[in-house]
Amino acid sequence: MGKIKTKKRDTFIDMTAMSDVTVLLLTFFMLTANFIPLEPVQVITPASVMETKVPDYNVITVLIEPTGKIFLNFDRPNDKRAILEKMGARYSISFSEREIANFMEPTTFVGVSIAQMKEFLALDMEDQKSYFRQSNGVPADSANNQLATWIQTAKAVNKDLAVSIKADQSTPYPLVRAVTSTLQDIKENRFSLITTLRNMPEGF
Amino acid sequence: MAEVNTGGGGGHGAKKGQPKKMNLRVDFTPMVDMNMLLLTFFMFCTSLSKPQIMDLVLPVKDDQIINEDEKNKVKDSKAITLLLGKDDKVYYYFGKIDNSKYQDYTSVQEADYSPDGLRAILLERNATAVNRMVELKRRKLRKEINEEEFKEQSSKIKDDPEGQVVVIKPTDESTYRNLVDVLDEMQICSIGKYAIIEMSEGDDFLLQNYLTKGVYASEREIPR
Repeated sequence: MGKIKTKKRDTFIDMTAMSDVTVLLLTFFMLTANFIPLEPVQVITPASVMETKVPDYNVITVLIEPTGKIFLNFDRPNDKRAILEKMGARYSISFSEREIANFMEPTTFVGVSIAQMKEFLALDMEDQKSYFRQSNGVPADSANNQLATWIQTAKAVNKDLAVSIKADQSTPYPLVRAVTSTLQDIKENRFSLITTLRNMPEGF
Repeated sequence: MAEVNTGGGGGHGAKKGQPKKMNLRVDFTPMVDMNMLLLTFFMFCTSLSKPQIMDLVLPVKDDQIINEDEKNKVKDSKAITLLLGKDDKVYYYFGKIDNSKYQDYTSVQEADYSPDGLRAILLERNATAVNRMVELKRRKLRKEINEEEFKEQSSKIKDDPEGQVVVIKPTDESTYRNLVDVLDEMQICSIGKYAIIEMSEGDDFLLQNYLTKGVYASEREIPR
């Protein structure tokens, strides 16, 4: 019996190239991607063919959820500090340094009436979520329109801020109108609606 | 894993004092594993595309009266009013409301938000502008005109005084999605002049009359 000599083969695969590729992809993702912002409520925005992107900064986001609760956020931490201090002065509520720091977090939305704000800001993030669930959002009715006050205060702090409305597609129109008519009342009649992209139909 | 393979081949214990031959081949498999993990994380937790925005300009409330005047200047034949109703239905009528419209419920018609519904109607009404716009886009695609010229000319098309005017009146039963859909149709059909206006009493009457197929008008007094 002749022995069949098999060549000893090295099964070691060189992963260096593979590693290069993954690192490259990773870098690409890290540099281009922007994190999905954490929002107190998940809204599904309607689609449109508009191709204008949301501006990178100076945005006031007005979130409207299907039941009509309104949430507000501003994008610059320094603005947020100034806005909260001004709002506090207006309603004679003084916020502690810790509460202001809590408000400056980018994920902290305004979602309660100003009277509850102090109590709300004392909570940590998990409790804030459950607090939102039982709150009624920012009041925007004609008797006590705090939405208007917030936006006016924000505009006084930074006049470049632009309002964009992000509403769920199933929101009944009267609830959206409550916000748009508030904006009209304070002469903020130029604003934008946040939508997702839909392709332009063929032939246009 | 991740070993640095030391002592290659038959180099073992050849001679005392002689430095060992080192095989400096590093196993990159765990590195790749980790990268893939991070990559998956980034792919799930980030959004590559930013959401789009649709700019909207509403009239200042004090200007509403002036607006009414302006509306009357619009040629009746060029105006279409869309009433956004419930269950994703849209009702429309041409021109302005007059007595004959109140009496005849068929003056209001029904459509939906599909391409064959509202879009077909608007495209037909606004055919000239649409054609010019399509032609303009084609020229831009062929690089005959640059971005700025395109913007200038497209706004010229949209500002055409002979163009279609659309009045959007959402009822309380419509949803936000309906509103965005209609605004989107304005974009698709190259309609530059449109306004979102609240339902008037007359609009409500027309809609009710249509829904009841004329019974509403026969039972009530016609509004002025």
